[in-house]
Amino acid sequence: MPTTLAEKVYEAHVVRRTAGEPDLLYIDLHLVHEVTSPQAFDGLRAAGRTVRRPDLTMATEDHNVPTLDILAPIADPVSRAQVEALRKNAAEFGIRLAPMGDRDQGIVHVIGPQLGLTQPGMTIVCGDSHTSTHGAFGALAFGIGTSEVEHVLATQTLPQYKPKQMAVTVDGELPPGVSAKDVILAVIAEIGTGGGQGHVIEYRGSAIEALSMEARMTICNMSIEAGAKAGLIAPDQVTFDYLQGRTHAPTGADWDAAVEYWRTLRTDEDAVFDREVHIDAATLTPYVTWGTNPGQGLPIDAAVPDPASFADEGDRRAAEQALAYMGLTPGTPLREIEVDTVFLGSCTNGRIEDLRVAAELLRGKRIDADTRMLVVPGSVAVKAQAEAEGLDKVFLDAGAEWRGAGCSMCLGMNPDQLKPGERSASTSNRNFQGRQGKGGRTHLVSPSVAAATALTGHLTAPADLQESVTV
Amino acid sequence: MDAFTTHTGTAAPLRRTNVDTDQIIPAEYLKRITRTGFEDGLFVAWRTNEPDFVLNQPQYADASILVAGPDFGTGSSREHAVWALLDGGFRAVISSRFADIFRNNSTKAGLLTVVLPQDAVEALWAAVEADPTTQVTVDLEAKQVGYDDVTVAFDIDDYTRWRLLEGLDDVGLTERNLPDIEAFEAGRPSWLPHAQPVS
Repeated sequence: MPTTLAEKVYEAHVVRRTAGEPDLLYIDLHLVHEVTSPQAFDGLRAAGRTVRRPDLTMATEDHNVPTLDILAPIADPVSRAQVEALRKNAAEFGIRLAPMGDRDQGIVHVIGPQLGLTQPGMTIVCGDSHTSTHGAFGALAFGIGTSEVEHVLATQTLPQYKPKQMAVTVDGELPPGVSAKDVILAVIAEIGTGGGQGHVIEYRGSAIEALSMEARMTICNMSIEAGAKAGLIAPDQVTFDYLQGRTHAPTGADWDAAVEYWRTLRTDEDAVFDREVHIDAATLTPYVTWGTNPGQGLPIDAAVPDPASFADEGDRRAAEQALAYMGLTPGTPLREIEVDTVFLGSCTNGRIEDLRVAAELLRGKRIDADTRMLVVPGSVAVKAQAEAEGLDKVFLDAGAEWRGAGCSMCLGMNPDQLKPGERSASTSNRNFQGRQGKGGRTHLVSPSVAAATALTGHLTAPADLQESVTV
Repeated sequence: MDAFTTHTGTAAPLRRTNVDTDQIIPAEYLKRITRTGFEDGLFVAWRTNEPDFVLNQPQYADASILVAGPDFGTGSSREHAVWALLDGGFRAVISSRFADIFRNNSTKAGLLTVVLPQDAVEALWAAVEADPTTQVTVDLEAKQVGYDDVTVAFDIDDYTRWRLLEGLDDVGLTERNLPDIEAFEAGRPSWLPHAQPVS
């Protein structure tokens, strides 16, 4: 029977299949961070269990870490206690930890690929919904809760039901200034925050194949915002070239054997998807969100919608609540929305290519005097690479802040937060109420829109900057 | 986890779509390393900022069943959202669509998530708004929700239902299959990565 890529990876990991029970699925890599793991380790201790495969488990500190004074003890005692709990648990159970200050530290979804731990055909889980990021390599990667973290620690498996299959095909060529972030925001606006529920999304088509690995990670990262269990992209030469030579990638004969297998990881020609969505890349423009869920997004050329324009009562009510929270009036052109803060970073857009794109727009310019811009690399290695390229200087010369690595203002578990009523243009993944700080208002944008917005102080497409120069 | 067989209580109508887990419990409460005591964070922003929020209304203060709009529990995988609902006195949530991770987490912690068609949710909203003392029964054995003279069937897979009815720990069940896990591990390709530092 013809099968999809996701089905192939799934089937290759079924440990046990019995009628009337979920499949037992083997997990190749378990990534751990400080927020969703302490109760899981407590559960192991209470039951007298050990970690079955510490060698397939890797931990880092990311959510709570300050991005200033990173070598000093964390000032917030509750955050500090959580990070210390992870250190104690990693030591007790023999798990490798990349703590603050370590060269391998960073956002868990940035360091996995960077170290070469994320490879095609693997099953990867983490107590974090953005684990879908790793699907960019053709891995089946999904977020789990703390009870499941405990289950994987104890057994290296998870009981699973096979997800449904969805294809999102993006064909054609992306216009200049339109990035992977715009593609995924457009997909979510199209299918909604529940559109992928129960499904794994395979992104395919010529526009997806043309993307770099980092751009593919941006797309897969936000699969969860479309409600999907996971998102993935078939591995190809771009994937293999990215992986070759990375610390944990196979070498020599192992590399050849791995690539031979990886090349088989493709959806069969006549495989059937439960749902298919087609998008024409050439029609896409920079996307920004206006509301409080990631599906409430529009092309930047649009205006704030009128709630009355939504046919569905639930959508209408959601739009009313969103506009009240966001302090926006229907009909306002999105470009006229002024922001206080620009956040460039996160597991969605905190990698080196994201920083390069933003730095290119900022080079030799100054950001708007009333706008604060925070640049937070996704990992220590991304930070070092950016500094080797002189990008830190570009950001600092433009008036932005250059910070240490971590999740930072994506969710404000560290001191990087919006104040009540403050508005951000953010390259992160969630515009939920209060996500970036109590009362904070978030507009999700791409790195180039973030940089252009920092220069003008209001939502701006990169193409707008060129127009203002030539006019 | 505690077993769930049947539960009768009053219900709170949460007429919102896309209730994300950041609203159920904000990130600042996730710094705690305990598994209980999250009731103070439950819907804290709405409880603080919106006087009319359903759980601020005295007639719904003791509700143990939450009836929400579609796409409940979207966003972050934080199981704390399930714990906060349980700590806040809820035993069941009814919606026409749940986010996958939230629903999965609920089945591990003993919070029953019941999927009903949206028109059944609307009817239940109307009933508990007309009479907040309406007794709503969520019966997992019979797989039905009942109130007044209304009975609505719901679907749940037999295995999850059995686990919830018995209050069984997943890890213990999986450990019975250890030989299968060992056999699978013996066949894994040698080139798959290991997390230990490479010297």
